[in-house]
Amino acid sequence: MTTQVPVEHALYLAAGLFALGLIGILVRRNLIFILMSLEVMLNGVGLAFIAGGARWGQADGQILFLLILTLAAAEAAVGLALVLAVHHRLRSLDADVLSRMRG
Amino acid sequence: MLGWLWLVPTLPLAGFTLLALAGGRLTRRTIARIGAGSVDLSAILACLIASAFLGEFGAGGAYSQTLWTWMELEGFRAAIDLHLDRLSLVMMLVITGVGTLIHIYATEYMAGDEGYRRFFAYMNLFVAFMLILVLAGDLLLLFLGWEGVGLCSYLLIGFWYQDADNGRAARKAFVVTRIGDAAFLAGLLVLFTGLGTTQIEVLLVRASTEWPWGSGLAVVAAFLLLGGAVGKSAQLPLQVWLPDAMAGPTPVSALIHAATMVTAGVYLIGRMFPLFAQAPQVLALVGTIGAITLLLAALSALGQRDIKRILAYSTVSQIGYMFLALGLGSVSAALFHLMTHAFFKALLFLSAGTVIMSFDGEHDVFRMGGLRRERPVAFWGFLIGAASLAALPLVTAGFYSKELILSTAWSGPWSGDRVLWGAGAIGAFLTGLYIFRPLFLVFFGEPKSKPTGHYGPAMSAPILVLSALAVGGGWIGVPTFLARWDLSGTYPTSEHIAPELVAVALGLLGILVAYWIFQRSSDTERLAGLFRFGRWGLGFDALYDRLLVRPFIALARANQRDLVDLLYEGLARLARLGNRLLSLTQTGVLRWYARATVLGGVLVVATLILWAELP
Repeated sequence: MTTQVPVEHALYLAAGLFALGLIGILVRRNLIFILMSLEVMLNGVGLAFIAGGARWGQADGQILFLLILTLAAAEAAVGLALVLAVHHRLRSLDADVLSRMRG
Repeated sequence: MLGWLWLVPTLPLAGFTLLALAGGRLTRRTIARIGAGSVDLSAILACLIASAFLGEFGAGGAYSQTLWTWMELEGFRAAIDLHLDRLSLVMMLVITGVGTLIHIYATEYMAGDEGYRRFFAYMNLFVAFMLILVLAGDLLLLFLGWEGVGLCSYLLIGFWYQDADNGRAARKAFVVTRIGDAAFLAGLLVLFTGLGTTQIEVLLVRASTEWPWGSGLAVVAAFLLLGGAVGKSAQLPLQVWLPDAMAGPTPVSALIHAATMVTAGVYLIGRMFPLFAQAPQVLALVGTIGAITLLLAALSALGQRDIKRILAYSTVSQIGYMFLALGLGSVSAALFHLMTHAFFKALLFLSAGTVIMSFDGEHDVFRMGGLRRERPVAFWGFLIGAASLAALPLVTAGFYSKELILSTAWSGPWSGDRVLWGAGAIGAFLTGLYIFRPLFLVFFGEPKSKPTGHYGPAMSAPILVLSALAVGGGWIGVPTFLARWDLSGTYPTSEHIAPELVAVALGLLGILVAYWIFQRSSDTERLAGLFRFGRWGLGFDALYDRLLVRPFIALARANQRDLVDLLYEGLARLARLGNRLLSLTQTGVLRWYARATVLGGVLVVATLILWAELP
C-alpha cells in the first residue's frame, strides 16, 4: 500500500501557492511578473482540485485541472499579447503607468 | 337693414386684419384710408341701422341676431349673438361716431410716426372689440369684448414702448384693470351658477323673478360686477391707472381713455340694471363711489401741470357723475351724460393734442401761453369743450346732462340723495375751476415759447364737428325713448328751480375763481401753489405703492431663489455628490483594483464562514 499524502498537506501547499501568487500580484509592478504570479495562483487552485479528486476518488478534480490548464494557456497567450502591445505603445511594463481610465 | 348689424363690428375687425397681415406692403395713404375708412363705413352703417331700428321697433323694442353657437355643453350654451336695444344703440352710435372723428384726426396727428400701421391696426381692433362689448347679447361675449378692449388699451398706452416709462404705465393700467376684471369674471360665474344661463335678457328676467329683492346672491353678483365696472371706469379705489394711461398718443387718450372704453363700466351697470335694482345696498354703493370719486378726482385735477393729466382726472370725475346717476337709479341720466361727455371730452383731448403738437410735444401748462391768436381752432375747440364740461348754462350740452343728474339727485326719494346732490354741486364748482385753469394758462397771457408745429384740415375738421356736438348735443335732450327707463319711472322735471340755480351758480363761480387766479393775478405761479395738494393724486399712488407694490416686490425678491425649487435642487446636489464619491474609486490603477477585489473576496468568504458558524 502506497503511502498516501494527507489531503491537508496538499491543501496547505495549494493555499501557500495561492497566497504567494496573490502577494506577487499585489506587490509587483511589472506586468510580466504579474502574469507569472497569476499562473502560480492558478496552479495553486489546480492543486487543490487534484487533492480533492484524490481524496474522494473522483475524476472531476482532474477534469477541472485540465480545464484550468487550458484556461491558463489561453490567458497567458492573450495576456502576453496585451503586454507586447502595451510595451510597444508605452515603452514601459509598469502597471501603474496604465492609469488612463481614472474616473 | 337690421340684418346687417353683424357688419358693424366686423368692418373694423376686417380693417385690423388687413392692416395686420398686409399692412407692410401698403403706403401710408392706403393705411390711413383702410384704418379710418373701416370705422367710417361702420359709422354710416350704424346710422342706417339706427333709423331702421327706430322705424321698426320704436322706443322699447329690442332686436337680436344670433350668428352662431360659440360653445355648447350639457346644460350650457353660449352664443355669438348681437343684441340691439336703446342702450346699445346709443353706445354704438357714440363709439362709431366719435371713433370716426378721432380716426380722421389721427391720420394727420400720427403722420410722422413710424408705427403708423401698428397704430391704426390697434385702433381698429379696439373699435371692433368695443362694438362687440356693447352689442353682446351674451354676458360671456360681453366679457370677450371687455377683455379685448383692455388688451387694446394696454397695447396703445405702451404704443411708444421704446420709453420704459410708457411700458410701465401700460402694465399698471393692465394690472389694475385686471383686478376689476377678475371680480367681473367671478360675478359672471356667480350669475351662471345661480341662474343657469349667461344670456343677458334671460338672466335679468330670472334674477328679478327667482331672487327676492335684496337677496344675498343678488348682492354678491351685483357687487362683483361693480368691481369690474370700477376697474374699467377708473373709479375709487381703482382710479390710479387712468392718469398714467395718458402716456399713449393723444387720439388714444381721446377715444379709449375718455370717450368710450372707460365708460364701459357705466354701460355694464346700465345693461345689468335690473340686477342692481335687486341689490339696493350695492346701488347705494355705486352712488357713493361716484360722489367720492368725482370730488377726489376734481381736487387732483387742480394740482396737475400736465394738460393731459388734467383731462384724465377730469374724465375720472365725470364718470363719477355717471356712477352717481346710476346710484340714483337713473340709467338715462347716466347714459345722457356719457354721450355728452364723449363729445366734449373727445373735443378737449383733440384740442389739447393740437396744443401739444403746436408746442412740439410740451405737456406742461405753465410753459405755454398766448396761444389764442396763433391757434384759433384749438382755442375755440378747447373753450367750447371746457364750457360744456363746466356746464355753462343753456348753450352747452354738458349743462343739460349734468343738470339732469343733479335734479334727479335733488328730487330723489331717499334722504341720502341730497348728500349726493351736495357732492355733485361742489363738484360743479371744482369742475369750472380746474378746466378753466389750463384754458387761461395755455391760451391767454404772454406767450412763453413760440409755437412751431402746424396742423391741417384733417385735424381741424373733427374739432369743428365735435364743437358742434358739444354745443348741440344737449338740445336734442334725452331722447324720449330713454326717458321712461328709470327706477322711479318718471322723467325728472325741472320743477326745483332753486337747487338748479345753486348748481349753475357754483359752476360759474368756479370759472370766475379760475379767471381771478390765473388771468387777473400777476403772481400766477404762487397762487397755483395753493393747489399743490392735488399734484400727486391725493397720495393714492404712494399709498398703493407702500401697501401693495413694495411688499409684493419684496416678496418676489425674497423668493428669487424659488423656495420650492430648493427641494429639487437638493436632490440634484445629492446625486452629484454620490457621483463624485463613486468616481473617486475609479483610480485607473490596476493594482488598486486587484487589492479591492481581494479585499472584497476576503470579506465575502469571511462573512459566509461567520454566517455558517452562527447558531
